[in-house]
Amino acid sequence: MNVTIARLTMATLFGHRRGLLLFILPGVLLALCVLLALTVDDTADFSTALLQMFGLAVIVPLVSLIAATGALASELDDGSIVYLLSKPIKRSTIILTKALVAIAVIFVLGVVPMVLAGLILDVGDPQTAVAFGIGSLAAGIAYTGIFIALSVISGNAVTIGLIYALLWEGVMGQYVDGAKALSIQQWSLAVIQKLTDDPNVESAVKLPIACILLLAVVLIGLTLAVARLRSLILSTAE
Amino acid sequence: MSVIQIAKVSRWYGNVVAVNDVTMTIGPGVTGLLGPNGAGKSTLITMMAGFLPPSTGRVTLDGVPVWRNESSYRHIGLVPETEAVYDTLTGSAFVLANAELQGLANPAAATAEAIATVAMEDAAGRRISTYSKGMKQRIKMAAALVHEPSVLLLDEPFNGMDPRQRLHLMDLLRKMGADGRTVLFSSHILEEVQQVATHIEVVISGRHAASGDYRAIRTLMTDRPVLYRLRSSDDRRLASALIGDPCTSGADLEGGSLQVQVVDFERFSRLVPSMARDLGIRLLEVAPTDESLESVFSYLVGRR
Repeated sequence: MNVTIARLTMATLFGHRRGLLLFILPGVLLALCVLLALTVDDTADFSTALLQMFGLAVIVPLVSLIAATGALASELDDGSIVYLLSKPIKRSTIILTKALVAIAVIFVLGVVPMVLAGLILDVGDPQTAVAFGIGSLAAGIAYTGIFIALSVISGNAVTIGLIYALLWEGVMGQYVDGAKALSIQQWSLAVIQKLTDDPNVESAVKLPIACILLLAVVLIGLTLAVARLRSLILSTAE
Repeated sequence: MSVIQIAKVSRWYGNVVAVNDVTMTIGPGVTGLLGPNGAGKSTLITMMAGFLPPSTGRVTLDGVPVWRNESSYRHIGLVPETEAVYDTLTGSAFVLANAELQGLANPAAATAEAIATVAMEDAAGRRISTYSKGMKQRIKMAAALVHEPSVLLLDEPFNGMDPRQRLHLMDLLRKMGADGRTVLFSSHILEEVQQVATHIEVVISGRHAASGDYRAIRTLMTDRPVLYRLRSSDDRRLASALIGDPCTSGADLEGGSLQVQVVDFERFSRLVPSMARDLGIRLLEVAPTDESLESVFSYLVGRR
């Protein structure tokens, strides 16, 4: 962890217009929940469905995508990463710091809104709300691993990440049986299932396997990112 | 005192050879890397900066390879050609970040000093996004200088600078060279290089074409006897006129065209068109016969 890199990363994340998206996404989630709480009589009935199908399947992966690629891919794209790389700093420090910044952002703008959304929809069940918060954090950390690695490997990290987040996590991971077992959404749902008594929460994956897979994705993603950054070729050359 | 050594280095991208078997040693003082656009200057500097591995050969700083060796950045200051900086920061915040990343004991003092060196005190409190191109170049320079590196690499540093900023940067580079630092900058403009560099390395089409002080290079490029092939409406009359001028040392009419030995290129290049016009001769072709010199020729012509 390097404080200067964290500061620079925050400046890049929130200094540009793209940073606004990070606030809009949780804003939409919360606005939707407030609207439902005001207009529908018994929101508790579908609270877990909304948290899962909209929050966990759409908002969390998208916030993670913007946070993680914003922390790394944007600097790689415009070449300003050269100021970090031309310093006697371990490449693992750069990757870990950026991952931590992304996770902190995901916590504030993904996890906290999820807990709030859960409480708005069903104030009588804080256990489920917190469970969704913890599940979102687990998912956010795993997404960070994937999107940080993707940032270093591909020049189109945002596009590929968006297709993955919306198609795989948003659609396949929810509705296609085989794909469910391989989606971060279902793994984090296994964590949530363990933490809540709500019978409506049901994951396609068992908890131990889910935990191992979540951990594996983070470790592999970050290791890959460090290895790639260490032999990164800067294409300033003609 | 640091020395960059480039030993038998080639670099290719797929089928394209960007740098072809280059060997050079860059020591203390100011060295200019001169060559036309696309000659491989950026590729060479990127390799010296450790952001590109050579396909073959070795690039070392004081005997240690630079590629995948982040500790070498303690000694290297890099001013990249890329425009992008953390432009939401103020100039001084950007330089300070660089000082901190270098792990300096007193980053604030180093920052103030570096900003004073590039004379950016007045604008240091402003966001970099409000800077002109020349100011950006100077703040990048300050960021590269903040840890007092023994090696300074600059990729096309004069691009986008107005004449005053250019003179200031030239002064600065001269000073750094006089301090015993190893300063290397690239440029495609001979005048620019000869005003600052005590030593010039010329790269053309990925090859190391020449090396020496600017007088030697200038002589090599302009005054060396070069064989030119001319085709015109009246080769014989043109030959006799050209041989009458001291810029040539010989003329030959064999093989259907006129071959002229040129000793003073500057004079020759001005003389031929006016002489042909005065004599009423139509010029069909003027070309150097030596392949490697053709690129020097087109380079000099392209510069005008």
